[in-house]
Amino acid sequence: MEKQMEETLESIYQKSVAHGDNIITVLQDMQNELGYIQEEAVYWFAKRANIPASQFYGVATFYSQFHLNPRGKHIVTVCSGTVCHVKGAQRIVSKLKEELKLKGDQQTTKDMAFTLENVNCVGACSIAPVVLVNDKVFGKQSPDKMVKNIKPYKE
Amino acid sequence: MNREITVNVCMGTGGIAAGAESVMKALREEFDAAGIKDASIRENCKLHKVGCRGFCARDVLMDITIDGETSTYQYIEEKMVKRLVKEHVIGGKPVTEWMVGDDYHTFHDNQEKIVLHDLGKIDPESIDDYLGVDGYKAARKAVAEMTPADVIRTIKDSGLRGRGGGGFPAGVKWSFCAANEADQRYIICNADEGDPGAFMDRSVIEGNPHAVIEGMIVGAYAIGASLGYVYIRAEYPLAVSRLHMALDHARERGFLGEKLFGTDFSFDIKVKLGAGAFVCGEETALIASIEGERGMPRAKPPFPANKGLWGKPTIINNVETLANVPPIINKGAEWFSSIGSEKSTGTKVIALTGKIRNTGLIEIPMGMTLKEIIYDIGGGIENDRLFKAVQTGGPSGGCIPQQYIDLPVHYEGLQSVGSMMGSGGMVVLDETDCMVAIAKFFLTFTQEESCGKCVPCRIGTKRLLEILTRITEGEGRKGDIELLQELAEDVRDSSLCGLGMSAPNPVISTIKYFRHEYEAHINQKKCPAKTCNKLLTFFIREHHCVGCGMCMRACAVSAITGDKKQPHVIDQDKCIKCGSCFDACKFNAVLKE
Repeated sequence: MEKQMEETLESIYQKSVAHGDNIITVLQDMQNELGYIQEEAVYWFAKRANIPASQFYGVATFYSQFHLNPRGKHIVTVCSGTVCHVKGAQRIVSKLKEELKLKGDQQTTKDMAFTLENVNCVGACSIAPVVLVNDKVFGKQSPDKMVKNIKPYKE
Repeated sequence: MNREITVNVCMGTGGIAAGAESVMKALREEFDAAGIKDASIRENCKLHKVGCRGFCARDVLMDITIDGETSTYQYIEEKMVKRLVKEHVIGGKPVTEWMVGDDYHTFHDNQEKIVLHDLGKIDPESIDDYLGVDGYKAARKAVAEMTPADVIRTIKDSGLRGRGGGGFPAGVKWSFCAANEADQRYIICNADEGDPGAFMDRSVIEGNPHAVIEGMIVGAYAIGASLGYVYIRAEYPLAVSRLHMALDHARERGFLGEKLFGTDFSFDIKVKLGAGAFVCGEETALIASIEGERGMPRAKPPFPANKGLWGKPTIINNVETLANVPPIINKGAEWFSSIGSEKSTGTKVIALTGKIRNTGLIEIPMGMTLKEIIYDIGGGIENDRLFKAVQTGGPSGGCIPQQYIDLPVHYEGLQSVGSMMGSGGMVVLDETDCMVAIAKFFLTFTQEESCGKCVPCRIGTKRLLEILTRITEGEGRKGDIELLQELAEDVRDSSLCGLGMSAPNPVISTIKYFRHEYEAHINQKKCPAKTCNKLLTFFIREHHCVGCGMCMRACAVSAITGDKKQPHVIDQDKCIKCGSCFDACKFNAVLKE
């Protein structure tokens, strides 16, 4: 393991001891620092804290917030809540997949520039359909509008 | 020039998505440029960011108030700011063509606001604004002047019921918790708003976070808790940051911490971020999640009020329930119970969305009819289509058809037709929505969100979804409807927690009211609403086609052929019925049947 990563993990460990953090908080910190939940990091942490790695994986695979694979630079999240669904979110997903050249279940583009995900509801139903690019909310979208809106992120 | 000028800009998630930040920036620049810095005016000129007032579809919304005279503007963009400042703020003449119309007022005038009363009026990031509308008065009154038993009695008498879905009387729940002998008790605010189609909790925390904190202080005092948690969705970044800010301000002013209001009562609040699991809305699952475990529910009893977080008596209340507490303490139980219906007192915040003209967040007295909500407040169905059904209660609720349009909206009313209040999501559906597909949509959701602990929910929802999927794809078999009904009842009756028990509701209610649609899918292999693509045939109307080639380019399987400026044709053998050509055509030449 790289020294820098070990230092990061050690500081998360120290913080977790000081604050009495639970596994969810540790995983949230880990993901914030490393981008996703890395196998190497989990085993290092399990050993350091003397908690079986299976417990970390049990939690990490339960919650949709945790990612076990590396993600792209920009995260495009299409809301698939009820209202977005009836207002055509699925068509936006199809168009974005075509635009980003994603096949089948593939979520992240080959160049690691984009990851396309969906979320159950962002609670912005009155401006449905909604798409998030990173933290920016785009309301009242259509497939064509969205193609334009992700253009600036392609550089 | 000594006028009182206030400019309010709506900056909830909806407002910010519509560009409120750049509007705000432009306003500051225009104010500076116009010299409104000038001391004599500056003192009386306020520029406010306010929370959501509910009508997000019209954002960015802005109020300009001069000497008590308010004008409200809609769809404001950055480039419009210059003229507004010049003509209205400086010149004193409102720009009438940008102002809201009558529908804005009918949208608001038919509501009764308790929880949303101050949303859109106060700056959620300023504790002084909240104090200006009698903020923390109820907490002071409860803690310094009332006994815990008095507080519980007041909430009991008010008839306040849990707004998160179950509708259990809040005061009774508090009394159960207080009755336990324990060295430590907890109060948890459930802000893990997972229902797709609901955003009242997000809006309340974004627009008036102190009201929720104050409700928690009163609740904690009543049950004897010294520590509280807010369990909030990580998907709501703005709400999380405003909540943190409000907590810091409350601590600075001594509303949280040691020895509050000169008494021996101490209380503080921690924030826990949810990690994205719908089942964590269930009380015991939420507790497991705060403890850092997989968020799986357990069998009840013991109820959390007796044995909850870390095994201690715990009260879990929804955001809206808690926001109702301060007004009840201030104005009394009698005032609250005089609003609404006999068994459902007070108001309900509803997220009114879907195929309706005025979408947004509304608050109505319990007992208002669906018709009044949809037509008087909502302004009727979008695009003059026909009303078909309204879906209430999110994935746990059901679809209510046209014949119950006069149904009063309260806990009992919705339950009597096989739906539920849930957290208050209301999605209006029109003639173009297929009810089988809607049921399938909700089952897709519950099946994914099932935690997997109990068999009926884990396997039952999966099988329900498989049957619904085959029906929408034209593979439905004779007897499928009966099979769905039987299985749905089994899942409902034998699941461990509320998620599984209510998951079949969308199926049960759509079969009950829209059986003919299921039959059309199974027997005639037709989708009456024309949404299930697999059951449709796409073709191009020769006379309408101008031969632009848009559909040909959109087709992923090259099923469309035709020469430039000549009518195109779809090869039915190649067509995969994806609907891309239908979306691509700008001349309505593509038909689906």
